[in-house]
Amino acid sequence: MEKLGINKKSIQKNWYKFSRNPLSIIGLTVVVAIIFITLFADFIAPYPEHAGWYTDFKNAKLPPSFNHPFGTDTMGRDVLSRVMFGFRYSLMMAFVVLIIVVPIGTFLGLIAGYYNNTWLDTMIMRLTDIFVAIPSLVLAMMISALLKPSLFNAMIAVTLLWWPWYSRLVYGISSSLRNEYFIQSAEMIGASPLHILFREILPNTLAPIFTKMTLDVAWVILIGSSLSFIGLGAQPPTPDLGTMVSDGYKYMPEIWWVSMFPSLAIVLTILGFNLLGDGIRDMLAAEVY
Amino acid sequence: MKMSHFIAKRLFYSVFVLLGLSIVIFTMSRIFPGDPARMALGTLAPQWAVDKLREQLHLNDPIHIQYFIWLTNALRGDLGMSLVTKRPVLTDIKTFFPATFELVIFSIILSISISIVIGVTAGRHANSLFDNFVRIASYLGVAMPTFVWAIIAMFIFAYSWNILPALGRLNMGTIPPPRITGMITIDSLLTGNFRAFFDVLKHMIIPGSALAIGRIAQDTRIMRASIVENLRKDYIAAATSYGIPERLVMFKYLMKPSLIPVVSIMGLEISSSMAGSFIIEFIFNWPGFGRYGANAMLNKDLNAIIGSVMIVGVFFALINILVDVIIAYLDPRIRMAFRSE
Repeated sequence: MEKLGINKKSIQKNWYKFSRNPLSIIGLTVVVAIIFITLFADFIAPYPEHAGWYTDFKNAKLPPSFNHPFGTDTMGRDVLSRVMFGFRYSLMMAFVVLIIVVPIGTFLGLIAGYYNNTWLDTMIMRLTDIFVAIPSLVLAMMISALLKPSLFNAMIAVTLLWWPWYSRLVYGISSSLRNEYFIQSAEMIGASPLHILFREILPNTLAPIFTKMTLDVAWVILIGSSLSFIGLGAQPPTPDLGTMVSDGYKYMPEIWWVSMFPSLAIVLTILGFNLLGDGIRDMLAAEVY
Repeated sequence: MKMSHFIAKRLFYSVFVLLGLSIVIFTMSRIFPGDPARMALGTLAPQWAVDKLREQLHLNDPIHIQYFIWLTNALRGDLGMSLVTKRPVLTDIKTFFPATFELVIFSIILSISISIVIGVTAGRHANSLFDNFVRIASYLGVAMPTFVWAIIAMFIFAYSWNILPALGRLNMGTIPPPRITGMITIDSLLTGNFRAFFDVLKHMIIPGSALAIGRIAQDTRIMRASIVENLRKDYIAAATSYGIPERLVMFKYLMKPSLIPVVSIMGLEISSSMAGSFIIEFIFNWPGFGRYGANAMLNKDLNAIIGSVMIVGVFFALINILVDVIIAYLDPRIRMAFRSE
């Protein structure tokens, strides 16, 4: 902790910088609330059993009321409970994808940047060119269609195409840092490439990576929910937010609540992570550049 | 380096990227589990029919041979048969693409014009009430997935207020103009069919705004930031102190450099609305390329999937080159760099 410069004073200073912008605080609050709901959905959802195959046609299509604040869907399931579980799947997708993608993308970017203008650089960076030559959504839709559409395969699809963005981000920093004096002196002392990559260059890339990760949670959720909306992601009865919206919009004018509340939940999630990410970027900005 | 050299170089490089893309897509389509022939014929088809289709699609050959067969055919303009529509993929795409192109262009016009007006106003009155309102609204707009806005707009404008049509491209009663370009707006103007023209415009408002909403939010923010930045520049102060009328300062000195950041991300945006059209056309039953691609993916129609993804890639590459040319036109610094070399 000490090595990375994290101590009580720097935390206080960063918190001060972060909390100057009320929007960042709103973002943080929303994100913390969503994570809380995600972790404890089983206990706070009014009808936890409604998350899976559950039918109660007697209570189907009820408008929002005291018993069902968000109404019930065509199978009589409580929409509020399902939205609470929906947060879980959205966040799970984002975290699984980022946990795999960030180390791989960062590592490839580090190598490509350090071995600038060698075959390694060319190979890695031209490969990233291919992946960014097409909108991520289309590529994700394609991969997840070629695999069998499911939540797990949607995660694989997004994972396969997301790493190039980290490689390109890290590549930019690492290819410019390799000409700095501190890298050259480390080389002269005889430091191993691994030491230079992970101890000298990597710490300088952490702040932008961390900022991008927070913002990417929102983007991955957006792509994930788009995939399940169109039917190429999570399949019913998984209470994924995108699936719920697509279930509901067919019955749109009459029972609007089935798709409207999950829609708002998606917007709220993405908004929360965007605001938090902007706050973190502003907080870390002066420290890095 | 001359401009033409630059364009030639970009085109040359794009060809390599597209070749790489085709290899990646093709490999994925062949190595992922699941038999495409079985998928196309359904679980009830007899085994001999599946075997015959495998033979027709060259699925029994090694993968690199399959790729070269595909590539030579693709270069001749043959992307194979769609297993669902039973027509050549390229014919299908030619039929459906104009409808999407029309919608994408409409959404670009919508987003650029709205974001310039709002962004400039907000930037010139920075930190006013209007500016703060725009800031909050743009946060919401960026966080809004296209399909969410599509559904909200459909609910409000088509069902609650009933002022705009929700689905399809034309009303039942409207006679469509004869197909010339495939874009109804242009065809109807060419044939003087104004009823169809206004009808299709009306149908484009909700899907077009759904494609545009995220970009309006983003462009407004960029536009505002660059106006605020350029307002501080010395040449604006100089122009103002010479007594040049404000309107002239605005349009001649402030707008042009402020537009550059917006134009430079336009390429990315056009392609993102192409991607968005895969979802939006699906919702609004818009008979375009996006709906075709989405349906191909849902039905695992391999040739159509590869074909439509490649078309998106080609379109994206061309748009990016075009955007670079536009930026060179807007930014004399880049233009001079070309001349001096």
